[in-house]
Amino acid sequence: MNAFIKELWAFLRTRKKLWLMPVIIIMVAIGALLIAAQGSVIAPFIYTLF
Amino acid sequence: MRVLGISAYYHDAAACLVVDGDIVAAAQEERFTRKKHDAGFPQHAIDYCLAHAGLKPQDIDQVVFYDKPFLKFERLLETYLAFAPRGFRSFATSLPVWLKDKLFQKSVITRALEGQFPDSGVDWSTRLMFSEHHLSHAASAFFPSPFEEAAVLTMDGVGEWTTTSLAIGRGNDLSVHKEIHFPHSLGLLYSAITYYTGFKVNSGEYKVMGLAPYGEPRYAQTMLDHLIDVKEDGSFWLDMQYFNYCTGLTMTNERFDALFGGPPRKPESTLTQREMDLAASVQAVTEEVVIRLARGIRKSTGLNNLCLAGGVALNCVANGKLLRANVFDRIWVQPAAGDAGGAVGAALAATHLALKQPRTVRAGDGMHGSYLGPSYAQDDIELRLKAAGAVFDTLSQDDMIDCTARALAEGKAVGWHQGRMEFGPRALGGRSIIADPRSPSVQKQLNLKVKYRESFRPFAPSVLREDVSEWFDIDTDSPYMLMVADVAKAKQKPMTAEQQALFGIDKLNVPRSDIPAVTHVDYSARIQTVHADTNPLYHRLISRFKALTGCPVLVNTSFNVRGEPIVSTPEDAFRCLMGSEIDLLVVGNCVLEKSRQDPALKLDYKNAYELD
Repeated sequence: MNAFIKELWAFLRTRKKLWLMPVIIIMVAIGALLIAAQGSVIAPFIYTLF
Repeated sequence: MRVLGISAYYHDAAACLVVDGDIVAAAQEERFTRKKHDAGFPQHAIDYCLAHAGLKPQDIDQVVFYDKPFLKFERLLETYLAFAPRGFRSFATSLPVWLKDKLFQKSVITRALEGQFPDSGVDWSTRLMFSEHHLSHAASAFFPSPFEEAAVLTMDGVGEWTTTSLAIGRGNDLSVHKEIHFPHSLGLLYSAITYYTGFKVNSGEYKVMGLAPYGEPRYAQTMLDHLIDVKEDGSFWLDMQYFNYCTGLTMTNERFDALFGGPPRKPESTLTQREMDLAASVQAVTEEVVIRLARGIRKSTGLNNLCLAGGVALNCVANGKLLRANVFDRIWVQPAAGDAGGAVGAALAATHLALKQPRTVRAGDGMHGSYLGPSYAQDDIELRLKAAGAVFDTLSQDDMIDCTARALAEGKAVGWHQGRMEFGPRALGGRSIIADPRSPSVQKQLNLKVKYRESFRPFAPSVLREDVSEWFDIDTDSPYMLMVADVAKAKQKPMTAEQQALFGIDKLNVPRSDIPAVTHVDYSARIQTVHADTNPLYHRLISRFKALTGCPVLVNTSFNVRGEPIVSTPEDAFRCLMGSEIDLLVVGNCVLEKSRQDPALKLDYKNAYELD
């Protein structure tokens, strides 16, 4: 997990998108709630958008 | 250097092995798992690639994934932010998938490789690289092309951010110069109409292309006025108020319905003139955009050659129009232009751009005719067919060719399973169902009894390269069935006004040329030129058919039924024979007549696969 966070941080720095970090943290929190609520996940059906 | 390219997790998973810049093997996972558009990790395809090259897992120097998940996640977040609070449902559906899986693709792929090769002792994370989606497409188009220098145009639905890109390739270098970003996408506009006309997004686009000649482009101006703003250089901008794909789980919305006068057509319901006109309209708009883009690229780069890839490059009608517009001196299209081809591009991009390996420009091209999949030795074929309970005769190769050509001349539908399997969506004479194009009944027979597919859909011709200009209005190589041209005027038969008014199979049934089975209602044909150097056996078969009939053309359609992946093994071919109305199956030198097979082995293939 540490390596992942380091890579994500490096990616956001390179892309000059550090401002996305708080958004990601909030979304991870919401996402974790959604996962807990759902139990299983189903990918949306259209194209490769998501 | 041995580089393994991987495409997976969205649709059409595939693997490709590049050794010292040469594409040695490539295959789509669906052919092994028998699950159409299989998106899972391509473990069977990887196994095949290694086995074909005689390599152990530890011999692989680099593994390259065809796109960048972090960049895609960035796009996803920014899109949701831009539209919030709209799109919460879509967000709530997709975010868990990302947080559980897709965001951690590096570890997912590493684990998949460790699981597949537990004894390799390789730390796969140190050998894993990621290529950008459109760079993968561009690399798949440029590096195997026959050009030392070329402009590369990639167009698809969407990669990470990019939907359209211009790259320039020189020698072993390739760099992206311009991009159009999501949500403005020619591919997604085409997919929106695919959805609206009742076909499946991401597989029904070619049906829309096949439907287009039945209609008039009466909605093209509406599309240009409201949906897409196309600039002089071909760059474009979609008006997102008509689309739902940024925030919803459908492609279009109520405003789109109002613009075109009604809701989307229900899948599998009756096709009307409206759908045909919509198909003709989006096709016309696509052609206009592609040609304008090409003109803009020619003007800005001054280059003479153009390479194409990305899903939109599979639009062979637009490719044919582009060819005839003479914008570029030469055009080369990657045969696996869709995402499966991303595996080829990722491997080549790593080979030449990251590892700085030299590039050899090959005469023809570097795709080896796209015959990059598995093949089967004659004794192996016989063992496999015997085990499957097949009744067959083993002939000499000359007799096999003669027997097949005679069966074709008698009007039989023949399953043709020879040599290496094709990579990409087209069957090119390795895994094909072939028939006599002169017969007016062949089209109906193939559509309804063999392929179990929609009656309006046309078939493509395979023609000897040396005879192509006599039979079609084209005189260039089209080995991958990616160029559409008209049947030669001398071979056409004019239709009466009464015949013109017919629809679907009725119109297709009117003999419009000397080769009606491969002549679409607008006299066009999706041509495959057959070359003695890339597929000598198929070339010999068509030559023998020509000697018998005077016709150097065969109907060539993929060896499968609707919804089934193209057959891979001799057993797949035998099952397809027993599940459809194919008359004769030829696998290697083994000839199987349907009438001699055990009736107990018959299968119900008509309902065996989910409709595409």
